[in-house]
Amino acid sequence: MDDLLREFLTETNESLDTVDVELVKFEQEPNNARILDNIFRLVHTIKGTCGFLGLPRLEALAHAAETLMGKFREGAAVTEEAVSLVLQTIDRIKGILAELEAAEGEEPKGEDRDLISQLEAMSMAEAAPRKEPPKKEKKETAGTLVAQVLERELRPGEVSLDELERAFRETAVEVEVVADEPAAEEAAAPAPAGIDFARVAAEIEARMKQANPDDKQGKAKSAEEGEAEAEAKSEKGSVSSQSIRVNVETLEHLMTMVSELVLTRNQLLEIVRRHEDSEFKVPLQRLSNVTAELQEGVMKTRMQPIGNAWQKLPRIVRDLAQELNKQIELEMVGADTELDRQVLELIKDPLTHMVRNSADHGLERPEDRRKSGKTEKGTIRLAAYHEGGHIIIEIADDGRGLNLDRIKQKIVENGLAGEAELEKMSENQIYKYIFAPGFSTAAKVTSVSGRGVGMDVVRTNIETIGGTVDLKSTQGKGTTFTIKIPLTLAIVSTLIVESCGDRFAIPQLSVVELVRVQNNSEHRIERIKDTPVLRLRNKLLPLVPLAGLLKVDVSAEKSEDEGFIVVMQVGNVTFGLVVDGVFHTEEIVVKPMSKMLRHITMFSGNTILGDGSVIMIVDPNGVASAIGTAVATDALDNHADADAARGVDNDAKISMLLFRAGSPEPKAVPLSLVTRLEEFEIEKIEHSNGRDLVQYRGSLMPLVYPNYDVRRREEGTQPMLVFSDAGRSMGLVVDEIVDIVEESLNIQVGSDVPGVLGSAVIKGKATEILDIGHYLPLAFEDWFKRKEISSAALTRKLLFLDDSAFFRNMLGPVMKAAGFDVTICSSATEAMRLLGEGAAFDVIVSDIEMPVVNGFEFAEMLRRDARFKTTPIIALSALCTPASIERGRQSGFDEYVAKFDRPGLIAALKEITSADYGIAA
Amino acid sequence: MTATSHTPGAAANDSHSGQIQYVTVFIGGQLFGLPIHKVHDVFVPESMTRVPLSAPEVAGVLNLRGRIVTAINMRRRLGLPQREGNHGIMAVGIEYRGESYGLIIDEVGEVLNLDAAGREANPANLDGRWAEISGGVHRLSGQLMVILDVERVLGRMQGDMAA
Repeated sequence: MDDLLREFLTETNESLDTVDVELVKFEQEPNNARILDNIFRLVHTIKGTCGFLGLPRLEALAHAAETLMGKFREGAAVTEEAVSLVLQTIDRIKGILAELEAAEGEEPKGEDRDLISQLEAMSMAEAAPRKEPPKKEKKETAGTLVAQVLERELRPGEVSLDELERAFRETAVEVEVVADEPAAEEAAAPAPAGIDFARVAAEIEARMKQANPDDKQGKAKSAEEGEAEAEAKSEKGSVSSQSIRVNVETLEHLMTMVSELVLTRNQLLEIVRRHEDSEFKVPLQRLSNVTAELQEGVMKTRMQPIGNAWQKLPRIVRDLAQELNKQIELEMVGADTELDRQVLELIKDPLTHMVRNSADHGLERPEDRRKSGKTEKGTIRLAAYHEGGHIIIEIADDGRGLNLDRIKQKIVENGLAGEAELEKMSENQIYKYIFAPGFSTAAKVTSVSGRGVGMDVVRTNIETIGGTVDLKSTQGKGTTFTIKIPLTLAIVSTLIVESCGDRFAIPQLSVVELVRVQNNSEHRIERIKDTPVLRLRNKLLPLVPLAGLLKVDVSAEKSEDEGFIVVMQVGNVTFGLVVDGVFHTEEIVVKPMSKMLRHITMFSGNTILGDGSVIMIVDPNGVASAIGTAVATDALDNHADADAARGVDNDAKISMLLFRAGSPEPKAVPLSLVTRLEEFEIEKIEHSNGRDLVQYRGSLMPLVYPNYDVRRREEGTQPMLVFSDAGRSMGLVVDEIVDIVEESLNIQVGSDVPGVLGSAVIKGKATEILDIGHYLPLAFEDWFKRKEISSAALTRKLLFLDDSAFFRNMLGPVMKAAGFDVTICSSATEAMRLLGEGAAFDVIVSDIEMPVVNGFEFAEMLRRDARFKTTPIIALSALCTPASIERGRQSGFDEYVAKFDRPGLIAALKEITSADYGIAA
Repeated sequence: MTATSHTPGAAANDSHSGQIQYVTVFIGGQLFGLPIHKVHDVFVPESMTRVPLSAPEVAGVLNLRGRIVTAINMRRRLGLPQREGNHGIMAVGIEYRGESYGLIIDEVGEVLNLDAAGREANPANLDGRWAEISGGVHRLSGQLMVILDVERVLGRMQGDMAA
């Protein structure tokens, strides 16, 4: 392909994009002759060039379109169909250009008779000329004066004679009304008659402004700024003395080399820092400054106005508006905000998608808007601006806002969160779920959106470039999405940390804060089973040691509880990365990893630090996803507890300990009931008084066999589950501990066999759920009695409500064991009926999360009744946040206990009833 | 970057004349030869950074004149025991598919001019791990030189990662 053609293609594509934008504008303001002129000239130029290059098909199309627009200029009515037709033609031209490019300059075969005849038909139909040139009036006065100014300004060389001629020529063309011969361009000579001097002056002025070497800058401005600039831009291709086109690869290479230079400079600075009185100091300082400036300059070449990414939007919105039958106005603010072209490319599609979404879901139909007292025309506002090393892009609509109820419903349907948990969330937190995979609230899938892949992909795309996306929504007022992206991807500000002697760089963007932990300080690492967590402002932060994550040698076994925690946020996951030390922040140039190392998702790249050493850059996304799986696989039992603590609704899911005892089929007990897992040497198992015992923590622990088939090993060790309660322990002997799984437990088949609650499906297998309550008395015959004796005189009646059969089965016996006469209800209504019938209880234990009437409401109801005003009520909940505890107090609960906290429940019961007893006595 | 580099053209000439120049290196006492046009430079690896989670053969990454070089522990690659101590380790810098690698070896020997015709195929009973990366054997007086096929040394590793 020759250079001429290449130039033509680039230029024409740009012109066509402008035409797109201008046409949409023109449709809205059909009387704006300037816009029309602009379009007309662009199309005309295309036509002319096509003729020159020998591209007859393109020329014919452009000619037909030009003719139609010529009619508009003569005053023909501008109809939507006509504009659509022209847009269609532009699309066809673009298509042909694309093929042309692919075919290396060979114009594709084909006919455009269909379009051309339509265009012609429409031009014929348009009415006869109606002179209406308002601009012609203004221009004459300034005539000579401008011409003189021109004479002088022309010389300095800023604007070449060629261009001036061209400007003249075009204004001349305008006067000729329809100059449909491409030859007219070649033969162009200043036509003195009727020169629009004002226009020429404006054009020249505009071109002076255009002297800015960044030729791309003008492009987006044209979309919204004055005509002058648009004109200047459309001509810019010929302003060869002021701007040149540079291959992107060349720029990329330049960028890489400058990055190298920066690194080398950093290394030199590091060396000089060590030698106080070095003669290199001064020249190096200069080198440093020059390098910085060079870096900035090169960075600038990579910068493009964000308007480039917006350019196609007016057309898209217009088409959407027609398709959806809505009136939409697209406002664009800050189109000249610049950002790295690499980022720009990546942000283009998400932006388009979001604007589509706003048009489709956000804005209402005109009739609905009228009903809610808004103007019929909805507005989508795009705004971009810089803010501290980032670009903020806002996409706002003044539509109906997000539908909170539908989102909630969807969240529950998709199992992303439970209703109880939703109750705890702020509206904004709930809205954020629209970024979850497969989430779409659109009632119906339109061709525009609603397929539920959108926002998820948008978020992923934005996050891959280290950005974040957030939204705000007000019911009936509209929705605003805010995207925050780094200015450039090439240079990243990172925090340098140390773990096990190695240094790593963590991108600052995802670092929220740093916390220093020490064993005896306010912040210390606590453990749930073996999983470290940190209390941070009333929240539990899951912690992951970086060393463990990277599987580096941790044999050194440093004090694990001292160090620094880098609190990181990735998407909506927050976690703490435990590191040994934190150094400083450093701006680094990301270098891609070697192919051999690219499979390691934990790193996004590597770089050379100022001291010359190579450092790995931690990929926050990789870490976050690794944590996700780590939690699923090796965090085991803490999961349920931690989740409950974190407020994740876990009603349906519970950690179960799977083991085998006697038969190949798995058996299970809730992990929360198990105190610990032990293995005892067979020799340690003693026989006394017809039963097996082991010495355990200074006392004898009886061993119980779930059935006679459990293999009594001859040698080695015997695994067992230890249950402890009130200082006594029992060992349940098993064959093998299989796994710990978290699964929703639903006992499907009840059991008559003593010691078995029933069967449930766990991990796809039918599993026997053991009733620990059955085995406890087997170990100590007085296990229950003992307590009954101690509280014999005060055997109290207890009412226990829980909608989950599992908890009823699990906690019922526990409370029974604690010496209560337990009555169990499965719902608040059942309990109320019971109470209404006159049943009296000394204490009530109620679940919070229940359908129909929840625990809070139940407690409030009881407190209103004089009979139950003083009855102690204990709340039992999977959610134990300060807020819910407070809510519980307000509702009238005396105690608030976590569902998994069995000892806590017993303690609370004892305390309440003994206090009660004390008063009574 | 081109301390001992030779242009591919020169290498081509070499093979025309039937002679191939090899840079010889010792790994675990065995003599290996790398075609000289593959070798960019020979350097002493300094301040290597470990790469957690990488393949065991990857010794780490290091900065060689502003480029990040992935160092391959050749002893491990060949299934040889690790050397005691850290004395005088050397690395051979090579380029492979646009990336820089450093093969960590024990010692660099002389450059040999060998007749291409003298190359023999791998003995059938050669250890699989060696056969995988060996491009043949040259009989020298007193010892054998195994030709180290760079493509196979690294290609196999990259391939493994992709799989």
